Amino acid sequence: MTRITLENLAHSYLPNPSRDEDWALKPMTLTWQDGGAYALLGSSGCGKSTLLNIISGLLVPSQGRILFGDSDVTGLPTAERNIAQVFQFPVVYDTMSVRDNLAFPLRNRGLAEAEVGARVAEVAEMIGMSDVLDRRAKGLTADAKQKISLGRGMVRQDVNAILFDEPLTVIDPHMKWELRTQLKDLHRRFGHTMIYVTHDQTEALTFADQVVVMYDGRVVQAGTPEALFNAPEHTFVGYFIGSPGMNLIEARVEGATAHVEGASVALAHGYAPLSGKTQLGIRPEFLRLGTGGAGLPFALRRIEDVGHHRIVRGHVGGAEVNVIVPEGQPIPEAADRVIPDPAHAHVYADDWRVDPATQERAA
Amino acid sequence: MDKPLNNRAWFLVLPVLALVAFSAVLPLMTVVNYSVQDTFGGNQFFWAGLEWFEEVIHSDRIRAALGRQILFSAIILAIEIPLGIFVALNMPKKGVWASFCLVLMALPLLIPWNVVGTIWQVFGRVDIGLLGYALSSLGIDYNYVNDPIDAWVTVIVMDVWHWTSLVALLCYAGLQSIPDAYYQAARIDQASRWKVFRYIELPKMQGVLLIAVLLRFMDSFMIYTEPFVVTGGGPGNATTFLSIDLVKMAVGQFDLGPAAAFSLIYFLVILLISFVFYTVMTKEQETP
Repeated sequence: MTRITLENLAHSYLPNPSRDEDWALKPMTLTWQDGGAYALLGSSGCGKSTLLNIISGLLVPSQGRILFGDSDVTGLPTAERNIAQVFQFPVVYDTMSVRDNLAFPLRNRGLAEAEVGARVAEVAEMIGMSDVLDRRAKGLTADAKQKISLGRGMVRQDVNAILFDEPLTVIDPHMKWELRTQLKDLHRRFGHTMIYVTHDQTEALTFADQVVVMYDGRVVQAGTPEALFNAPEHTFVGYFIGSPGMNLIEARVEGATAHVEGASVALAHGYAPLSGKTQLGIRPEFLRLGTGGAGLPFALRRIEDVGHHRIVRGHVGGAEVNVIVPEGQPIPEAADRVIPDPAHAHVYADDWRVDPATQERAA
Repeated sequence: MDKPLNNRAWFLVLPVLALVAFSAVLPLMTVVNYSVQDTFGGNQFFWAGLEWFEEVIHSDRIRAALGRQILFSAIILAIEIPLGIFVALNMPKKGVWASFCLVLMALPLLIPWNVVGTIWQVFGRVDIGLLGYALSSLGIDYNYVNDPIDAWVTVIVMDVWHWTSLVALLCYAGLQSIPDAYYQAARIDQASRWKVFRYIELPKMQGVLLIAVLLRFMDSFMIYTEPFVVTGGGPGNATTFLSIDLVKMAVGQFDLGPAAAFSLIYFLVILLISFVFYTVMTKEQETP
């Protein structure tokens, strides 16, 4: 087990990348702490699988270095990195028994047969397959096969990290919960560094201590689920995390006041003059409905009851705005204003959050 | 879940049965008809019972042809299957060269069989053929017209040239269907090249290999055109395979009865060996 550092890393699938969009991964520097449970979250095509394959050594980055601990592994092949990876679709060796499948990575490394047997028994216990060890892997169900893939990742005690590339895509919803809980459990017991790639925010937020959000080949924010929720550094994080995502309203910010559609609201902090596209970002949880007077002009469109709360959908000017109203709170018939909670209103300039303390953008 | 059973559903199969009866069963039955009768022309037939079958089974000439045939098919399978797999493994997976290789590989398959025979017949001639002339210029005593070994080598090399592509293309299709993740997982598991082949590629190719083995076995066991054009079954009877012998008997000597019995036995032998191949190659899949 070890700390993994990405130093000024970037990757392009083209031989001579020139423009910004030629890069699948834009230059990034990032550290994965030893023993952390990380989720790598982003929509399809944002570069998260590319990043994962670079860490496991299946891809060599176009520039930058990867360090395991203090040693540079950028040029090392997968086999020498001591990494385990579980793929989106289960990979099992069809002609082998479950036992031989689990033993395969160990035998390839020339471990003594007695030790192999002991490790396999232990891992089989972990993934709950002790009683089917002698069955052929071929006829098993998709989730049993994926458990074998997981088991093959876990069977080596000395792995530097275990990487998961959307491993639960093919699994039933019910089994998903169970496997994810098992993974968390294994993480607690053995303390492997785990990196879990997913495009599902629930999966990311429940699995990880630290969530790394990627957008368009960039890491836009890395932090605890709480930090991602409370202070999204990028509009994508605000939009991608939360249900529904953060409301983004174009605004003109002057000092501690935001002007929207002729109305204005007070902000918790003052801002220096901003250039570029300026947006006000407020999560639906921190908006209140009102009638006349204070707040932003709101055109209510419809109300959705999702059980434990209601989502009021509408518009502020041209922007779609959602408001979450907790169960039991009345919704005013003639609501035509939304009033933001200043403590949870963020200002974004060109999609990046402006930190009121330093007046700088996150990027 | 119980599925409803209704025997009247069999009526739906009737059209197919009728079609098969006319296209396969009836022609086969005329052969059966010939095989148990004797004729001296004039549409006169006499009951012969199993006499022709006994004659065929005890015929040294047919036994020798059968021996040559089995040897030929065995050599063909032993060369073409491993070679086809080897070629498929080394073909580029994508890009312009992949398409180029596919076209190149498909070319021999598109040439009519008697043209293939003619090509090799000329190619191997010592007086004007590129191969034959080159070999004899190098001092190698090669002449497929006189030497049985040379005739065999020529026919086998010709068949390998003609049909290895088929095996390679089938295997290539099988290999292309293996997701990248398998190779990546194997690298992470530190599997050697041999283990990747043994545990990933070979199992995934099993289905297409079965087809390749059956097709190559049946085709090589029935081979007629190419050796007929190149060697005409000679020198002597050295390359007289079953089909060539059968045609000699039926058309050359007009022995319809024995030829019909021969055909049926020939057919049963192919069926039997194909069945054995099929059973052996699918047996592994069924065991849990």
